[in-house]
Amino acid sequence: MGKTIAQKIFESHLVDTPFDGTYVLKLDRVFCHEITTPVAINDLLERGKDRVFDPTKIKAVIDHVTPSKDSKTATQSKILRDWARRNNIKDFFDIGANGVCHAIFPEKGFVRPGYTVIMGDSHTCTHGAFGAFAAGVGTTDLEVGILKGVCSFREPKSIKFILNGKLKEGVYAKDVILHLIGKIGVNGATNCVIEFTGPIVDNMDMEERMTLCNMAIEAGGTSGICFPDAKTVDYLWEFIKDEYKSKEEAIADYAKWRDDDDAVYEKVITEDLSNLEPVCTINYKPDQIKKISEMKGTKVDQVYIGSCTNGRISDLRIAAKVLKGHKLADGVRGIVSPATPKIYKMAVDEGIIDIFLEAGFCVTNPTCGACLGMSNGVLAEGEVCASTTNRNFNGRMGKGGMVHLMSPASAAATAITGTIANSELYKG
Amino acid sequence: MKAFGGDVLFLDRSDINTDEIIPAKYLTEVSKQALKPYLLEDLKLDGFDAKRDVPNKKVIITRENFGCGSSREHAPWALEVNGIYTVIAPNFARIFYQNMYNCGLLALNMPKKDIDDMFRTFGNKDCECKIEQKEDGTWKVKLIAGSLSKSYPFKLEGFEKALIENEGWIGFADSKY
Repeated sequence: MGKTIAQKIFESHLVDTPFDGTYVLKLDRVFCHEITTPVAINDLLERGKDRVFDPTKIKAVIDHVTPSKDSKTATQSKILRDWARRNNIKDFFDIGANGVCHAIFPEKGFVRPGYTVIMGDSHTCTHGAFGAFAAGVGTTDLEVGILKGVCSFREPKSIKFILNGKLKEGVYAKDVILHLIGKIGVNGATNCVIEFTGPIVDNMDMEERMTLCNMAIEAGGTSGICFPDAKTVDYLWEFIKDEYKSKEEAIADYAKWRDDDDAVYEKVITEDLSNLEPVCTINYKPDQIKKISEMKGTKVDQVYIGSCTNGRISDLRIAAKVLKGHKLADGVRGIVSPATPKIYKMAVDEGIIDIFLEAGFCVTNPTCGACLGMSNGVLAEGEVCASTTNRNFNGRMGKGGMVHLMSPASAAATAITGTIANSELYKG
Repeated sequence: MKAFGGDVLFLDRSDINTDEIIPAKYLTEVSKQALKPYLLEDLKLDGFDAKRDVPNKKVIITRENFGCGSSREHAPWALEVNGIYTVIAPNFARIFYQNMYNCGLLALNMPKKDIDDMFRTFGNKDCECKIEQKEDGTWKVKLIAGSLSKSYPFKLEGFEKALIENEGWIGFADSKY
């Protein structure tokens, strides 16, 4: 019987099956941030085990609340910082070098096809865009990962999406993933890896594939995965060029991870997305989807462009294209957060930051920011935000606030109009 | 192994997410105890009031996909420091489920028909739950309200059983890997 990419990755990383259906895998990467790692670090200290399995495989960043806003968050940052130094974790990104974890780690070339990756963060599934098995875990799993370099997982079942056709202009990866979550529901992929395949995905660049995989968790998926191909190699080439004689050789090597023709899936869902329109969420679950055209007249108070979902350079370019020459509507405040320092610099060099500033946006440092109401951009009771983030749970961006998730193009159009709107990049 | 069982809190809604269980703004705590006052603070459920309904409860019975959303282990911790060591549902979000067992807490998958029956029979009463192991090694949930009582079987085996017996994943992993 053939294997899926997830099964192949499991097989090549298997340390133990202590029980039927329970697989203990060795880890290629353990990623850490300042919110979920400190409790693990403190527990290891208490146990007299202040050590790590392999400092070269652990990467750490301060991203959720940065720079620190109060003593508590300063303490969390300090615990992470001191631990990284004590344990020789060279790839630790502090103030000035830090960015949103699922944007900065790919940018540094830390993920490879076929890797196993964990982090104490549910959007770790983002890294599956590189053909890795990348899963969010809790602090205890993270602690064992740090100490032993292993993690337990259940049977890696897979759901395969075959996405055919060609996206209309003005329709983006964010619209695709929101549509798919709306289709299968927030419980539709629980305990499954979601494979994104087909010409729609083949035509996406790595940043768009990261947007897709980022929200796999919102359908309950263990990870999202895209098959590695020439685009993956192009993205990673500066980091892998000493390992391969040519890009063709790398592409051929990475192809070993692809699904076998006779692999078995829980579900295969084929859909043509040529008629997909821009969409957004309503209410308090990411699977409550409506067309943007059906949301005309919905006023917003805030527009937020950024996050591990849509804070990358291609996202900012599209938003800037929509915003150019326009200003924020009366009564609307705009916040943009380039996801890493490199993206920020590119945006400055390309004149994108100028466009945002001219439009009247507040430009923040790279951070998770308003996404989870922990640091900046929090909503007041009764306020509404059009956001490029990934969750619209009740109270997420602020108690009593409402968040409508959408693409950067739609968010930019909404910023200009003052109500939820399609961008003029979308011609219907 | 912890002492499981006690008074029941019925939460009659599916897809209760981790932000509702413990809002992100409290994740700046590095102490589990500090989470205690905030459990279920943002839960959207008619008739529910966290300050009135949470104290002294030891067991939650709820609907599908409990704990969806974030990977935050703060969600099971917030339950644990409030004395709630057991959640019973038709199914759970993956990360939340694993986090519960990693902490030595019970996340019991039970058939939908049993959950429906629990709500129908006991949902509007003050109800106690006993978690019992029978002589043949099988387990059951026993719900009691006054003179009314009913039992529902469940399996605790394999990895879940090992984690409960070891009070979590760290002890188990540390001795084996």
